[in-house]
Amino acid sequence: MASRGRSDDGSPALTYDVAIVGAGVVGAAIARELGQYDLACVLVEAADDVGTGTSKANTAILHTGFDATPGTLEARLVRRGHALLLEHGPRLGIPIERVGALLVAWTDEQDAALAGIAAKAAENGYAATRRVERDELYRLEPHLGAGAVAALAVPDEHIICPFTTPLALATEAVANGVALRLGAAVERVAQADGAHVLETSAGSVVARWVVNAAGLHADTIDRLFGHDRFTVTPRRGELIVFDKLARPLVRHTILPVPTATTKGVLVAPTVFGNVVLGPTAEDVPDRAATGTTAEGLASLLGKGRRILPELVREEVTATYVGLRAATEHTDYQIAFHADQRYACAGGIRSTGLTASMAIAKHVAQGLRDAGLVLRRRDAFREIRMPNIGEAFPRPYQEPARVAAHPDYGCIVCHCERVTRGEILDAARAPIPARTLDGLRRRTRAAFGRCQGFYCLAEVTRLLAGATGETPARLLRTP
Amino acid sequence: MTTIVVGGGPAGLAAAIELRRLGAGRVVVLEREAEPGGVPRHCDHLGFGLLDLHRLLGGPRYAARYAALAERAGVEIRSRTSVTDWAAPMEVGTTSPRGVETISADAIVLATGCRERPRSARLVPGTRPAGVFTTGALQQIVHLQRERVGRRAVVVGAEHVSFSAVLTLAQAGAEAVAMVTEYPAHQTYAPLAWFAAGRRGVPILTGARVAAIRGRDRVDGVDLADVATGARLAIACDTVVFTGDWIPDHELARRGALAMDGASRAPRVDQAGRTSARGVFACGNLVHAAETADVAALGGRGVARGVATFLHTGSWPAPPVHVTCVPPVRWVAPGAIDPGEPLDVFRLRVDEPCANVDLVVAQGTREIWRRRYSALVPNRSIRAEVGGSPALRAEEALIFRIEARS
Ligand SMILES: Cc1cc2nc3c(=O)[nH]c(=O)nc-3n(C[C@H](O)[C@H](O)[C@H](O)COP(=O)(O)OP(=O)(O)OC[C@H]3O[C@@H](n4cnc5c(N)ncnc54)[C@H](O)[C@@H]3O)c2cc1C
Ligand SMILES: Cc1cc2nc3c(=O)[nH]c(=O)nc-3n(C[C@H](O)[C@H](O)[C@H](O)COP(=O)(O)OP(=O)(O)OC[C@H]3O[C@@H](n4cnc5c(N)ncnc54)[C@H](O)[C@@H]3O)c2cc1C
Repeated sequence: MASRGRSDDGSPALTYDVAIVGAGVVGAAIARELGQYDLACVLVEAADDVGTGTSKANTAILHTGFDATPGTLEARLVRRGHALLLEHGPRLGIPIERVGALLVAWTDEQDAALAGIAAKAAENGYAATRRVERDELYRLEPHLGAGAVAALAVPDEHIICPFTTPLALATEAVANGVALRLGAAVERVAQADGAHVLETSAGSVVARWVVNAAGLHADTIDRLFGHDRFTVTPRRGELIVFDKLARPLVRHTILPVPTATTKGVLVAPTVFGNVVLGPTAEDVPDRAATGTTAEGLASLLGKGRRILPELVREEVTATYVGLRAATEHTDYQIAFHADQRYACAGGIRSTGLTASMAIAKHVAQGLRDAGLVLRRRDAFREIRMPNIGEAFPRPYQEPARVAAHPDYGCIVCHCERVTRGEILDAARAPIPARTLDGLRRRTRAAFGRCQGFYCLAEVTRLLAGATGETPARLLRTP
Repeated sequence: MTTIVVGGGPAGLAAAIELRRLGAGRVVVLEREAEPGGVPRHCDHLGFGLLDLHRLLGGPRYAARYAALAERAGVEIRSRTSVTDWAAPMEVGTTSPRGVETISADAIVLATGCRERPRSARLVPGTRPAGVFTTGALQQIVHLQRERVGRRAVVVGAEHVSFSAVLTLAQAGAEAVAMVTEYPAHQTYAPLAWFAAGRRGVPILTGARVAAIRGRDRVDGVDLADVATGARLAIACDTVVFTGDWIPDHELARRGALAMDGASRAPRVDQAGRTSARGVFACGNLVHAAETADVAALGGRGVARGVATFLHTGSWPAPPVHVTCVPPVRWVAPGAIDPGEPLDVFRLRVDEPCANVDLVVAQGTREIWRRRYSALVPNRSIRAEVGGSPALRAEEALIFRIEARS
């Protein structure tokens, strides 16, 4: 258990057993995992909320890992992570849908590659792929563009909610005693009394062990511990989200035949009932380069027009960018240093959402091997997140819910059908929404096709009332 | 006999009032907002009511007046009631604080209005900072919530509503530092342009578009690009308002699998407001985005006659004549014609400014109507009072096109 200590500035501070740096999906999963043990842990995050980095801006596919490089740590953890999220996700209230994927070959050359991909999938322990001939393919996906030759079906590819996943994992961690420090960017690391002192932008955090899950900045944190083994070069991915009215156009995730550098541009349903097109893949020097570009969006529309011509005639709901934490290595950079009581979970490239829970178990095991004593706690408190997935009942559709409280019958955001009750709940959750973006990720309010034309003012007013913030601050009015 | 009107804006309320006046029985207006009245409730400025109420009112007063007229006419108004989907062809599913219900009717009028396309739908690249609004959001924040939005704003668009946004910004203590339009000139009336922008010295940058939005937490500027040359111009601002570029709020229409007009994205209706689904009508900005409120209201009043006839006779005419157009005409409404009924007023939009042209309506080689226009302005409502009852051939489209005058 944690012991009392003193931080550098002399103020009394807890000495935690473990500090996890970075509250993305990976850090949140690790925090939740360690929360099952008799430990005092803290999750330290630079941003003002959980899951605001790469974890909020991806394609949101729960991968089977069928096309991973066999024998890599990534292949193993993606496969296990897939199973773990399928097991725990529904209980946590994470929207997950089994839509399956179709890896579509558009040329004879790509067609010829399908068998090899099936064999690789089998080598990765995934034997359920199936070849789909042209006629069946068009029966399965009647709106697919002309010219497809054949496909490989991957029935266990799922889609998952990228917002609820880190939040659910972090919430369950917090429910089990893990402390959460938001707005605390780790800037330096010092040593005192056999513990690490993490100097953050909001005071210091003292911990005997440190786990680095800092995503795009994992190399920077790694260097603070004296290592120089990898450098993150963000690989930018631009994406376009189409209106919900486009959802009937596609039933599966439509994957291209992958190349060496990227899984390529896909078309996938989202758990919110939209359709996503993307991502592009471009190495960028700037770790904050989260802007879309005219070229990127144009190239996506070009590809989309070929894959699903009717899609690009639908309205666009959102465009965004995710930065993959690519490194010079082809595998995750997970390492343990018993001597330093330090673990690094970096280089979690383009599969970390899927692998998160498996990475967490791998890290816990590594820490145990390195000497951290893991004793299971007697009671583990389970939590359940409010559902924001379109395939499951939403409060506005539930007669009992509305009958029990009229706030769930009061739709405030009309495009996404978010009720007043859900907005107030999000403002009072264990990890509450404190910003409009935070509210969007928890409820989808003002996230829909009108982007606030109808509801921004009311949503802002409600959130301000429930959090004690002013509307001006929420709107970031200068 | 029950008629459901979905949407309690000017069009829906005017339709409901007229239905009661025509003795059409029970009329229920379902409105998702806390109060009926529609968009004018958020438009706290003069400019409403000339054509329908024959007086000049502010938006909120205009909205309140319609609500009062509806009440007096015996219309049942259910506010805070969202129609979420169809339960059956003539039955809608609703959610309100009173519960989750379905309501069935003998006729359904869709009057769900329209909205502006936000930045994302216009595919404007760049970062995603706070400080980006539509006029709709801006007006609600300023007029309903009495909040400020920023100090220096760029207004994207130069049609009527764009100037309305400039006025709203001024009321909120923000300066419009520029208006930007891809067209060679603004698209509103000169007096409005002067009143809102001219006298404040707001520059209207024509032939330009927003190439990127910059800023992390909050907008710190936009990059403009000259449409012709691609030349860039950076403008510092903390607020960007995307105005105009309307899209009908057509979700219910599409979920009901109504035939749609590909260009206007509105449900296709005929002169009487009949959609492709028996018993379902549409009116207001849902069928032509966007008109002024009085035009929407008159449209609602007009559709009521069609509804009353249907309730009375149960007849739903055979396949109508389709209406199509040739660029630079972008779209025209109504998009279908019942040859058994007189032609009415058509409303259309053009993609580019046209000076000194004839607007021609033809079926095959036969010209049905022609009128000279000295100027057709993009983003501005164009009214074509075709009228008459020409003998139209069924199954052959009526075509709207433009001819240059020699
Ligand atoms: C375009 C794209 C598509 C993708 N598609 C998929 C997919 O379909 N399926 C899938 O499984 N994966 C996908 N991924 C990958 C997945 O999103 C990532 O692997 C995953 O989100 C990584 O999580 P993370 O916790 O490591 O990083 P992050 O989510 O970035 O979290 C790291 C956190 O650390 C914080 N931090 C950084 N530095 C500090 C510091 N000094 N002090 C304190 N905190 C700090 C950051 O603020 C951040 O919150 C995709 C990624 C991209 C970019
Ligand atoms: C910023 C702005 C400024 C304007 N300025 C002027 C002006 O100065 N003068 C002028 O004449 N006109 C002006 N207009 C235009 C005028 O507001 C519209 O023409 C008019 O409101 C259209 O009426 P409507 O009934 O078709 O649609 P709306 O007024 O949009 O009404 C539609 C109603 O339907 C409701 N609704 C939609 N979907 C559902 C559903 N599923 N369930 C329940 N209810 C639903 C909505 O809540 C709304 O109340 C302005 C418009 C805007 C946006």
